[in-house]
Amino acid sequence: MTPADLIVVGAGPAGAAAALAASEAGLQVVLLDEAFAPGGQIYRAPPQPLSVAPTARGADDAAGDALRAAVAASAVVWTGGARVWSISGAFRVDAVTAAGSESFTAPRLVAATGAHERLVPFPGWTTPGVIGLAAATILLKSQGMVPGRRTVVAGCGPLLAAVAAKIVAGGGEVAAVVDLAGPGDWLKALPRMASRPDLLRQGLGWALKLGAARVPVLFRHMVTGVSGGETCETVTVAPVDAEGRLTGGRSRMFDVDALAIGHGLVPGCEIPKLLRAAHRFAPEAGGWTPVRDAFGRCSVAGLYAVGDGAAVAGAEPARLSGCLAGLAAAQDAGRLPADVFAREAGAARAALDKALVFAGAINRLMRARPAMVEAIAAETVICRCEDVRRGEIEAAIAAGAREINQLKHFTRCGMGPCQGRMCGETAATLLARHVGSREAAGYWTGRPPLRPVPLADLLGQFDYADIPVPTPAPL
Amino acid sequence: MSAPSDLAIVGGGIHGATVALFCARAGMKTVLFERGSLCREASGVNAGTLTMQMTRVALIPYALQAHAMWASAREWLGHDVGVVVCDGLSLAFTPREVELLSFRAGKRREAGAPIELISEATARAVEPGLGEGVLLAGHCKVDGYANAYLTGQAYRAALIEAGVDLREETPVSGVDREEGGFAVQTAAGPVRARRLVLAGGVWLEEMAAWLGIDLPIKVLVNQLAVTERVAPVMRTVVGIASGLLSLKQYPHGTVVIGGGWQGKGDRQRGGAELVPESLIGNMRLACHAIPALRDARLARAWAGLEAETADALPAAGPIPGIPDAYVCGSVHSGYTSGPYIARLLAQRILGQEPTDPLFPIDRLLASPAASPSPSADAGRATDEQPQHV
Repeated sequence: MTPADLIVVGAGPAGAAAALAASEAGLQVVLLDEAFAPGGQIYRAPPQPLSVAPTARGADDAAGDALRAAVAASAVVWTGGARVWSISGAFRVDAVTAAGSESFTAPRLVAATGAHERLVPFPGWTTPGVIGLAAATILLKSQGMVPGRRTVVAGCGPLLAAVAAKIVAGGGEVAAVVDLAGPGDWLKALPRMASRPDLLRQGLGWALKLGAARVPVLFRHMVTGVSGGETCETVTVAPVDAEGRLTGGRSRMFDVDALAIGHGLVPGCEIPKLLRAAHRFAPEAGGWTPVRDAFGRCSVAGLYAVGDGAAVAGAEPARLSGCLAGLAAAQDAGRLPADVFAREAGAARAALDKALVFAGAINRLMRARPAMVEAIAAETVICRCEDVRRGEIEAAIAAGAREINQLKHFTRCGMGPCQGRMCGETAATLLARHVGSREAAGYWTGRPPLRPVPLADLLGQFDYADIPVPTPAPL
Repeated sequence: MSAPSDLAIVGGGIHGATVALFCARAGMKTVLFERGSLCREASGVNAGTLTMQMTRVALIPYALQAHAMWASAREWLGHDVGVVVCDGLSLAFTPREVELLSFRAGKRREAGAPIELISEATARAVEPGLGEGVLLAGHCKVDGYANAYLTGQAYRAALIEAGVDLREETPVSGVDREEGGFAVQTAAGPVRARRLVLAGGVWLEEMAAWLGIDLPIKVLVNQLAVTERVAPVMRTVVGIASGLLSLKQYPHGTVVIGGGWQGKGDRQRGGAELVPESLIGNMRLACHAIPALRDARLARAWAGLEAETADALPAAGPIPGIPDAYVCGSVHSGYTSGPYIARLLAQRILGQEPTDPLFPIDRLLASPAASPSPSADAGRATDEQPQHV
């Protein structure tokens, strides 16, 4: 059991910033992450034996290196390869690490676990070769792999261009970029995006790369189906309106062996949910979000939630929100004088408000489009872990399921190893149509383990005689 | 105002729902109040084990009847709760457990449970997935499990078909006695009924207080865990002599690990928190019994509340001094025995002679006027741990 002043779970831009800010203020900080190096999804480091050619390195790689150098140079105790499975009390964190199951304790905890992808099901979405934009990003960044020889990149938001450009740079072919948004939506977002010229430039760079590779971009289109048996063979796309409804326009088909697709990001707030913090439904933040004050404090004393794991806003807001929570944790621990806190947190807060302008524009492009969920066919699988189709979900609602956890009981939707991450948004959106709102539909109750974990990793070495079996019940 | 109901039931778990079902089918105008949805507390989140080998001796005759009810749920309930009847094993790995198993199996056998003590080789023929080191096993062919999370869905359909006035999402704030019956207080106003059943599980204590009755109910916080779907690793219900393990693999491949290891929580917060050491301890027992489980991944763990009376025997019968008011709950092994005990109470309410004795609560009332029965004191060990199914 390793005691600290603060535990930070997640070492992306948000978690790393929280750890560094708190550490600089004098707190003893433990920083945990599943990955073997800090950086999170956006600054994911390639594994040690792999190296990235200097010419293939972009701005994200430099920022990631800087983040890793800052953590290494700090007093933060970094524990990589740590799969956090349980958080209990106030606070005890149990993680499976190379050393087995390890426990960490601290009176304060920062949750910085990032977002997960929203994916609205369509016929054939479970065909091998269909992967999320986030998964494609992992392949490209951490393994230097392209998803297929010829890929359609589809969905919405800036990840489209980022993934497509990286595939081209990695030697793959992009058959088409299929964007739910139209040129008008991007133009509308432009003034607010201009608040971050560096990111705008990065985006234009991706666009130029795609243009040079003559990659067709289909605006206001969506994927309507994938066919293929062992692997993805054909992707069909068709035009949609602003809300993602099919317009009846001509569909097109692409012969490809991969489809990278994502319909936006959802805050991965499993830790605040597990600890029973108050949440509110905030579509502009990607979905359910923990209720927080301006510095990231949740309704549970000592718990802070930051970054895309609390509200989807991108890397720079994540860094700033992490910094704020780190400062708040230090102040709450009585280690930061009020005037220093006011000065430093005030500056970070002002910068965050400014950064959120850009994030708002991006989130508008990546927003959920409930019309796409409404249009899902009865026979389409919603929960791929448990093979639950839309028709079964509708039948359960007709049989009286009024809340998402009850729907789970009725159908097994969300009971599988993805723990409801893939199907949760779709199931809740379907339920909300009947019960009036996403608030009424609710959210999955937070449960351990935070990620599925092999029993063997939890057991460790033991003798049967040493298992602390409680006293038997009366006969 | 509409005419009063014949029967109002507060609490929509196994007990309340079963009383409602049989009384409504017998022609009583029945209204059931549930603050949330049916069977979403103990009745929906328990491990679903339908075993004799973890049942208290005094409840074996009831559990045997209830097992038969579960096995035929499609007929009398009309809906599927995923019941599988299979062999059950209770294992002893140490001399102390051999002693415990021999004694307990003997007592349960005397009470009517068809438990045989068998050797390791015979046990392995029954359950090829067993680990090494089994010294003795209790074997019972009357065993099995239900899919507890399907309970609410099944009962909901059955109650609606039986014409029960089902009021889910309807918290009751109190009950007043009045001329000719009771007024059940809800946010939408009072609902009148001639008879009343309180079936609130761990919340029975608060409910009884509405009528000025002091019925202490202890709250257990039982931890449970389930793996992801895996290829078959076992085909029986497996426990250990102490009762601190229940293990079975469902037809869809998940393995549910229970046994009543305690988490943290209370009536107000529910099963709020799991204790990692207890989860690990429980899983070590499970993997010791069925080693192939080691390769499975833990998908989810949770905690549910179980009610227990001072003597760990049911509270099921009339409320002393208040005509036409009853309680039904706190059945140790409540999921297994619940339908039968609730049906006994329904028989009583319908003016029939129950086919087995009820468990009147006079013995449990905190008031010194009520003299506790000898059995109440016998079960009042302070360090006792619950048994769970």
